[in-house]
Amino acid sequence: MEVTSIRNGIIIDHVPAGTALKVLQYLRIDPTSTKLALIMNTDSKQYGSKDIIKIEDAGDLNLDVLGFIARQATIDIVRGGKIVRKEKPNLPEHMVNVITCKNPRCVTTTERGIDQMFHLVHSERQEYRCDYCDEEAKL
Amino acid sequence: MSEHSTQLPTSGVPQDTEPSMVGKSVVTLDDLTTSQIVDLLHKAQYIETHRHEVAHTCDGRVLATLFYEPSTRTRLSFETAMLRLGGHVIGFAGAQLSSVTKGESIADTVKTVSNLVDVIAMRHPKEGAALVAARAAKDFGIPVINAGDGGHMHPTQTLADLATITSRYGRITGLTIGLCGDLTFGRTVHSLVETLCRFGNVNFVLISPDELKMPRYVIDRIKRAPSCTYTEVRDLAAVIGDLDVLYMTRVQKERFFNEDDYLRLRDTYILDEAKLQRAKPDMAVLHPLPRVNEISVDVDHDPRAAYFEQVHNGMLMRMALESSVVGDTLPGYEEWKNQEVHA
Repeated sequence: MEVTSIRNGIIIDHVPAGTALKVLQYLRIDPTSTKLALIMNTDSKQYGSKDIIKIEDAGDLNLDVLGFIARQATIDIVRGGKIVRKEKPNLPEHMVNVITCKNPRCVTTTERGIDQMFHLVHSERQEYRCDYCDEEAKL
Repeated sequence: MSEHSTQLPTSGVPQDTEPSMVGKSVVTLDDLTTSQIVDLLHKAQYIETHRHEVAHTCDGRVLATLFYEPSTRTRLSFETAMLRLGGHVIGFAGAQLSSVTKGESIADTVKTVSNLVDVIAMRHPKEGAALVAARAAKDFGIPVINAGDGGHMHPTQTLADLATITSRYGRITGLTIGLCGDLTFGRTVHSLVETLCRFGNVNFVLISPDELKMPRYVIDRIKRAPSCTYTEVRDLAAVIGDLDVLYMTRVQKERFFNEDDYLRLRDTYILDEAKLQRAKPDMAVLHPLPRVNEISVDVDHDPRAAYFEQVHNGMLMRMALESSVVGDTLPGYEEWKNQEVHA
């Protein structure tokens, strides 16, 4: 499968197969107004299958969230049609307004105007908990 | 609180560099250093034996008790604490009596009240509500004390528990502490375990049915404390003879979504005189109250029953905490503490 390369932007490779749309959602990328290419469920030597996201003019994306939703992903920074840098996402220590707390008893379900905030409590298990109620984060 | 000589841990941050508690909100006990907790325990001991001296410590101060859900002990305890220090109390007891019925947010209520009072104690059914309140009050320099936020945290109950263990044993370390009943939803046991782990050297015995076991994050906390150990068991009678402290909990109906589950598990663990005969003669029985039937009434007369002492100790600890966060010095306390340390 061939997709035209991008000039300036990022390629998010090794996205878990079938999750690219969800990754776009968590990166707060609007597919209706962003120049991007999605390759889903393509072959991967390392993982069997994977998704790839190519974004032209990526701007100021908060890629920290990738550490939480797509830990295995790699990020290629493209400038002038060439990959100038490769990055692996880190687990962010703190996430603000990335995911919402699923605990129905959490104050975030009723209080207006407060941020959804989670903190990393266990890096090996990639476990995050709500700043308010300490409920474990779930995608 | 008895006048038991204490061996409270004094390690940690030296007293003269101890950060101030003035203006500090207490959402969880993690907001306080271990040295500050020990200082509060000392202050409670001082208050108990120097009631007259401390009776005007908070003259002119006003405490707001914002209680969005029913409470008997906790609200009365917070209010009595301030009254016994010479201060005054305003507030509401029930969301139906507040502007929440008009749709006001917690943050707006707290910002409003922060312009009226010196300290706020808040109970709310939503977990994390105290953190929202503390952040809202921060701009006004008003401390918020969490008086219970749903099934999440109840730090002053833990302070009462620590004070009661101290009054019985003179220490909070080097003990085997059993926690029995609802260990999943019981916020008081989570907070107590996590706080004791900060002091270390405690052997926990976690007694519960499989459905109500201690959450993983609390177990992880015990594992991270190198001098603490734990075992998980189902049978209270089998382990009661090993315990220095038995902390009983109520299986709370309001924490269940399903009434059938509540009814099935409610009577699983009941402490009565027959079980108590197997216990050590100096074991202390604690309970955050209110109880339903998990402690038989005949246990009340046993000298090992310490749960009504907890209520008293809770008030002393709240007196210590309220005076500390508003910045009022207990007259004579520093001199007393120095004498105690040097004695």
